[in-house]
Amino acid sequence: MNDKKWIITGLVVFLIIVLFPFWYNRGKAVPPPEVKLTEKAKAAKECVLSKEYMRAEHMQILDLWREVVVRGAQRTYTNPKGKEFVMSLSNTCLDCHSNKADFCDKCHNFASVRPYCWDCHIEPPKEKS
Amino acid sequence: MDTSRRRVLQLLGLSAAALSAPPVLDALAAGPPAAEPKIGTAKEALTARQWAMVIDTRQFKSEADVAPLVEACHKIHNVPKFDFKRWEIKWLWSTHYEQAFSGTTSTRFLSEEVAHRPFLVLCNHCENPPCVRACPTKATFKRESDGIVMMDFHRCIGCRFCMAACPFGARSFNYRDPRPFVKETNQLFPTRMKGVVEKCNFCNERLAEGKLPACVEASEGKLKFGDLFDEQSEVRELIKTNYTIRRKVNLGTEPAVYYIV
Repeated sequence: MNDKKWIITGLVVFLIIVLFPFWYNRGKAVPPPEVKLTEKAKAAKECVLSKEYMRAEHMQILDLWREVVVRGAQRTYTNPKGKEFVMSLSNTCLDCHSNKADFCDKCHNFASVRPYCWDCHIEPPKEKS
Repeated sequence: MDTSRRRVLQLLGLSAAALSAPPVLDALAAGPPAAEPKIGTAKEALTARQWAMVIDTRQFKSEADVAPLVEACHKIHNVPKFDFKRWEIKWLWSTHYEQAFSGTTSTRFLSEEVAHRPFLVLCNHCENPPCVRACPTKATFKRESDGIVMMDFHRCIGCRFCMAACPFGARSFNYRDPRPFVKETNQLFPTRMKGVVEKCNFCNERLAEGKLPACVEASEGKLKFGDLFDEQSEVRELIKTNYTIRRKVNLGTEPAVYYIV
């Protein structure tokens, strides 16, 4: 037990290093991202479904669309309000939400999700905002 | 405490009524149920039991007759152009008679004109597609509604069993990321990614909008497209009035692309 002080010092240093991120960021919370809407999206007022649903469950509807378009050969979606949409990520969703960097990426980065949609689907040209 | 049998039964009846009341009241208060979203097809969409193509090869004299069709197809589908043969991606291309029809017909001592004629080849959208049976993830499937052999690129794992199974070499594998090799990108259609197989899709995205396939549109009547099981269709009329051959019929895959020779 002659090395007691070394062991304690080592443990303290170890804990300080390991817990560094916690005490360094103490009391600070990264603010949730604010999504920017394009003029076109603002003008449309409502998305395919309600804002709350789209915010939380848009991946569900995209998954449904992908399934029925590719495998079910059906391409039109009529929402409960009777408005018709062509089920297409690049051509319908991104027609309004043409600001992918400010709309999609901001939240996805915050939530640390990396959807691979854009490996194939083409994002709109950058100059639009 | 003195409780009569009658009192107990009254209490039981009352509590049963009280318990069953809320759901009934809720249902009365709710009003009409909210409308469900509906999924369907556009009115102008073209439909068939089995899409088929008839290629009048007599009207194709040289590569110059074929090139605009291939160009139209590859342009709208974002097909990359690789100069290195092994990376090549092909949806629609031309080949020689003996390559297209060896095993089906005699390719020995051909008429000179036929030997030099370009033959357009593409996915045959077989009625009995071997690629579909080979696919372990059902990424390739035969669409029930119109017989198109489709690819779901989302599901393709790049195992290439379908390429081994296809007797027509109609499938290409993306050995490299195709994006940098697409000259002009069509914003309306996705590209593919590295590691998936791709092939002709009979322009199902155009059929859904009521348009004929791009190659048929660009062919100025040399290609005809229609329902194989509709006796009134243009393709059936052509098959009835002309002698047609198909590629490798002996394999039993029942190709849906017919050639007038």
